[in-house]
Amino acid sequence: MKVDQLSIFLENRAGRLAEVTRILADSGVNIRALSLADTSDFGILRLIVSDFEKAKENLKAGGFTVGRTTVVAVEVTDKPGGLNSILEMLRDAKINVEYMYAFVNQSGANAVIIFRFDRTDQAIELLQKNNIAMVPGETLYKM
Amino acid sequence: MIFDVEHETLPREELEALQLRRLQNVVARVYENVPFYRKKLDELGVKPTHIQKLSDVTLLPFTEKQDLRNHYPFGLFAVSRENIVRLHSSSGTTGKATVVGYTKRDIKNWGQLVARSLAAAGVTTGDFIHNAYGYGLFTGGLGVHYGAEELGATVIPISGGGTRRQAMLLRDFGATVITCTPSYSLHLFEAAKEMGIDIKELPVRIGIFGAEPWTDSMRAEIESKLGITAIDIYGLSEIMGPGVAIECAKVKKGLHIQEDHFLAEIIDSDTGEQLKPGDKGELVITTLTKEGIPLLRYRTRDISRLNTAPCRCGRTTARMERVTGRSDDMLIIRGVNVFPSQIETILLETDGLTPHYQLIVGRINNLDTLEVRVEIDEAVFSDQIKNLQRLESKIEKNIKEFLGVTARCKLVEPKSIERSEGKAKRIIDMRQSQA
Ligand SMILES: [Zn+2]
Repeated sequence: MKVDQLSIFLENRAGRLAEVTRILADSGVNIRALSLADTSDFGILRLIVSDFEKAKENLKAGGFTVGRTTVVAVEVTDKPGGLNSILEMLRDAKINVEYMYAFVNQSGANAVIIFRFDRTDQAIELLQKNNIAMVPGETLYKM
Repeated sequence: MIFDVEHETLPREELEALQLRRLQNVVARVYENVPFYRKKLDELGVKPTHIQKLSDVTLLPFTEKQDLRNHYPFGLFAVSRENIVRLHSSSGTTGKATVVGYTKRDIKNWGQLVARSLAAAGVTTGDFIHNAYGYGLFTGGLGVHYGAEELGATVIPISGGGTRRQAMLLRDFGATVITCTPSYSLHLFEAAKEMGIDIKELPVRIGIFGAEPWTDSMRAEIESKLGITAIDIYGLSEIMGPGVAIECAKVKKGLHIQEDHFLAEIIDSDTGEQLKPGDKGELVITTLTKEGIPLLRYRTRDISRLNTAPCRCGRTTARMERVTGRSDDMLIIRGVNVFPSQIETILLETDGLTPHYQLIVGRINNLDTLEVRVEIDEAVFSDQIKNLQRLESKIEKNIKEFLGVTARCKLVEPKSIERSEGKAKRIIDMRQSQA
């Protein structure tokens, strides 16, 4: 149920983000989901891509610092309180959400949200126990 | 006024004879008491008796700052510990500081030399000295303090920091002399102005500035803004502290070296050859009277030149040109010596960061600023902002703790630091262009 996410260090300089997307485009890698967190000096770009290894290799060759982070893609029912019930469940189990962002494509009727937990294995176990649907990496990369 | 007429106006011949006697004496003392020097002199085949004339100083080995570090803390002391009455130390990473020790007589001599310096700057017994050099291990505060008391002036030991309070007390006490780093004087001026205090309107008339390089244009700015005469004082803790040389207020063309206590030479920093009088090169100093930690041919890394022509002020001592640069990459930031190698050590000790870094020195509101740019690598990278920010603060904290300077750390992308011929450009000093 785990998903590999690329994390890329970016200085807040003009054109750095475009450089990443250019490298990925040249490598024929598609971006499935992305989020950018930043401070006044630097940012961290988080990406789910169609081919993790290829993207990592080419970005590294392009001079970027790249990390692998394990995240979880969770299906959230498209009705009021859908996300809230999941967050409450996690809170009660004392699992922290470090950050989360929405997946670009829709998977059927449900929204897909990418979660970065402080304790990934426990989170997966908890979600499975509560019958929350998750999207496996292999499916997600091809979406 | 000349504080010590006898020694400051000696005919050159007599002065040089005195220097020779003292040089012979110090070489004998270190040969006898400091294993480091005995070994060095033995290796060179030089015995104290070989020093027959002043120019024989070139037979002696050089001493580097690194030698003091290698013998940290007390390895180069020439007297037993019970004869040391005070220690001072320059900043350094753990175990890398340089430590100097003073005997009772060293402290007395130092006070005398600072008194000479203050007098040369135009200070008299009636003056109030607002001494804003830091008190503590740094030699600036206590050095000026003892000299002021020796002269008989009134010293206000305000020390560094607390700028608003400084401005208030400068006004309330009516100090006539201020001693601090040149950049701090301008900072204080601005802070006072914000409080509605114009230093130009206060009784302060003389500023004695040192501990960091400053330009003539900065002098002009200080003099016009504060309405004072700005005097350059030179010293370094390894040799003594402030008071090694001083500009005379009367002529302000070069700093009189206290030559009865220090033998100065100018050398070519690359070859180590002594240069002709008047040539520009690295200043090298031998302490002639120091008992605690006498040093032979200490390489100051400061670039200057010597002028032995008599000065209109009446002093016969040689004058060194104002220090305009350094022969190594040591930075002086708000009066604190910082070597890039020290920053490198701190980075390595902080989570094993790569030594790809760059120091950007600037000046904002007349205070030096230091930015440390560090290239990030996979080992320390995190997908979370808070972890990277924590890393930055940790580096800042370690720099503050070990070097005593406030720095701002900024993580940058790998290979983003400018390299020339494969070597990262370590320092960008923007202070000269901003001054
Ligand atoms: Zn003079």
